[in-house]
Amino acid sequence: MTESVITTDAVTVTAVDKVFEAAAGQVVALSGIDLTVEPGEFVSLIGPSGCGKSTLLRLIADLDTPSSGSVEVFGTSAHQARVDQKYGIAFQQAGLLPWRSVAANIALPLELHGSSSVETRERVAELIALVGLDDFGDRYPDELSGGMQQRVAIARALAKKPELLLMDEPFGALDEMTREYMQTELLRISAETGAAVVFVTHSIPEAVYLSDRVVVMSPRPGRIAAVVPMALGSTASRADDLREDGAFFEMITAVREALHGGAPASSARGVENR
Amino acid sequence: MTGAATIAPPRGRPPGAAWGSGGTARAVAPIVLGVSVVAVWQLIAGSGLVEAYLLPSPAAIGAEIVEFWPSMVSAGAITGLNALVGLVAGTLIGIIAALVASTRRSLDGMLAPIVAALAVIPIVALAPVLNTMFGADSQTGRQLIAALAAFVPVFLNTARGLRQTQPVHRDLLRSYAASNAQIMRTITLRTAAPFTFTGIRLASSLAVISALVAEYFGGPRGGLGGLISTSAASSAYPRAWAYVVAAIILGLAFSLVASGLERLVSRRR
Amino acid sequence: MTQAATVARAPSRRPRTAPPASRARARAWGFGALGLAALAAFWELYKLLGPADGLVIGEVRVLPRTSDLAMPHIWETAGRLFEPVTRAEGARVLWLEVAIAASLTLGIAAAGWIVGVTVGLLLALVMQRWRLAESAALPWIILSQTVPLIAFAPVVKSWGSRIEIGAFEWQDWMSVAVIASYLAFFPVAVGALKGFQSPDRLHLELLRSYSVGWWQTMRYLRLPAAVPYLLPALRLAAANAVVGAVVAEVSTGLQGGIGRLVIQYAGQASGDPAKAWAPILGAIALGLIAAGSVALMGALARNYRRTEDAS
Repeated sequence: MTESVITTDAVTVTAVDKVFEAAAGQVVALSGIDLTVEPGEFVSLIGPSGCGKSTLLRLIADLDTPSSGSVEVFGTSAHQARVDQKYGIAFQQAGLLPWRSVAANIALPLELHGSSSVETRERVAELIALVGLDDFGDRYPDELSGGMQQRVAIARALAKKPELLLMDEPFGALDEMTREYMQTELLRISAETGAAVVFVTHSIPEAVYLSDRVVVMSPRPGRIAAVVPMALGSTASRADDLREDGAFFEMITAVREALHGGAPASSARGVENR
Repeated sequence: MTGAATIAPPRGRPPGAAWGSGGTARAVAPIVLGVSVVAVWQLIAGSGLVEAYLLPSPAAIGAEIVEFWPSMVSAGAITGLNALVGLVAGTLIGIIAALVASTRRSLDGMLAPIVAALAVIPIVALAPVLNTMFGADSQTGRQLIAALAAFVPVFLNTARGLRQTQPVHRDLLRSYAASNAQIMRTITLRTAAPFTFTGIRLASSLAVISALVAEYFGGPRGGLGGLISTSAASSAYPRAWAYVVAAIILGLAFSLVASGLERLVSRRR
Repeated sequence: MTQAATVARAPSRRPRTAPPASRARARAWGFGALGLAALAAFWELYKLLGPADGLVIGEVRVLPRTSDLAMPHIWETAGRLFEPVTRAEGARVLWLEVAIAASLTLGIAAAGWIVGVTVGLLLALVMQRWRLAESAALPWIILSQTVPLIAFAPVVKSWGSRIEIGAFEWQDWMSVAVIASYLAFFPVAVGALKGFQSPDRLHLELLRSYSVGWWQTMRYLRLPAAVPYLLPALRLAAANAVVGAVVAEVSTGLQGGIGRLVIQYAGQASGDPAKAWAPILGAIALGLIAAGSVALMGALARNYRRTEDAS
């Protein structure tokens, strides 16, 4: 959003491998990952269980370290980016602290890093309005529905105005109607803040609806099978009617074929093993 | 003393290990700590910094243990028998009461406050009047104290276990038109059993301590508690500590047996 | 659960309405009173119908005698409370005497509780910080509760009398408080540790994504998350402190506390059986007050006992 002539990519992943030691031997979660995310770009990671999409997100967030290769965020190492608080993160469960009100939950990252209480209060009010939770600031998480909890989590992730948002299936636990509503809201929010987003999901329509590019991953070992650019216009201009547009279904088909393209074309696939 | 309701040693580890995360280090650590404490204790006691009668050295205590071993065993048997009778009685009554309370809410309503009160009051304070009621030469008063102490955790844990039957299992058996007795036998009791044995484990060391402490409030001499207090009263501190060691062994023995039973029942599920 | 949403409106949740809590509480008290009444009725019924000499199987007396000396009537015991303690001049009324002694013991137990809670919390903090400390210390902490604290009483008393720091002199009651704290620290240490280890991975990773250190994680996450574990532990610690204080009073021979009265009046039971029950009632009240005070504290910490789930 505020990039000058030389744009630093939001995320640069270079030749990353990630190997886990398990009781039964080694598990290669990621192999040879190369990925770039530009500033302000919305990128989804999609793939079957075990393809490493969540692992990749955790590497970007510096919640885990790669076995080899490098992960850079805005030109610095992922670790430094975490220390400098360059990103906001949202998980599949909202992860709200149950003893804090909505406002206090959103304020958490601000409190932790020493924002003054005046600044905090103002920013929290902005964020509550941004996610459409006016009048809910004093409620507690156990009084909110799943969708509202996730909105609080997203507001919290945006608290320090990060230019990168990392989201790990944040709408996975919601029912379909709430999910579609939240997708529209997320597009609106990311357009207003101009942040880059790396979004992990299981759902093809969700990936297509939200993204500028969809990164299709395949498992065993986890790798990028294909990158599908979305020919649907800029994310800032998308609205609900897109879901009923022919182009939308074409893009869904493209992603689905990319997903199946990386695996043997047998119809009887059976149960996925992790 | 008072019923410890459902406290058990913590399980589960936080992520992100600090140094010393090796399994052997963690297994050995308590032993190392114990040995070092005893060593330091021996040094301090033997150095003359503190008078011998204030802090008997481990060596002196060891000597007393060797010398008075037979009396430790016989006194331990008396206190242990009281604890055992109390534990068994308290367990039986606790289980029956929990079963009864689970059938009707009114009964549960009457029983729950009494048990909650029992859990927080000093049960041993009843020892003198119980000795009056049953006679000063009777061990029954102490056994009753141990029984009351054991009753509370067994009742609370059994009651909790009876509530744990999963709705999906209950629905399944109802779809088979099973009778109440069948439901009780096939799922309710099986689900509750591990909880009951957890309660028994908690009750076991309580029963020992209660039986022992009850001996300070009057009644026939000869148990460990009586010997500890007479040794202390005559300033024979190493011997008093030797009897304390006997009491610790007794409590540990009860706990270990109860833990073993608990694990046996839990493993079968 | 959530109502069907139109495209524009967000699904929202109807706020939960609780059943009238006051009515449920009144019912609970009512049933409790009924239970007590049932106990009293049971007592009197046994006195009426039971064998006069109790039941002796072999050499073991299984059921008590029903005489008024062994089992005073409930109303006798109640009435005795309002009579003077002794027949001496100016003797206080029995219940007052018991109440004064009980307050002294309560104060000592409270002091012991505070010390025990502090020590327990510190231990739990150390054990959470260093896993090695937990492995080393926890087994001993658990073992410590099998030691009958009676053995410590004379030792603590002698040690204390040696401590002279300036004008500070070790009082007898302090020995009792130390013993009470020994019984109180264990549930707090174990419960607090469990609470500190309770936050799930999700919350821990959230805080890690904020790049905060151990102390801030403790302050913002582990401590608040530990409250639901701490409250029952604090209640247990209070009850244990009371027991510890009573038993320590008996073994150190502290004057003025309820433990002393229990022994003293029990010794006079052959002449005055109802009197022996009075300090027992006092001790029961003590335990209830101690536990009740902690429960009050719990009521103030309501927000910290919420869970994350809406349903």
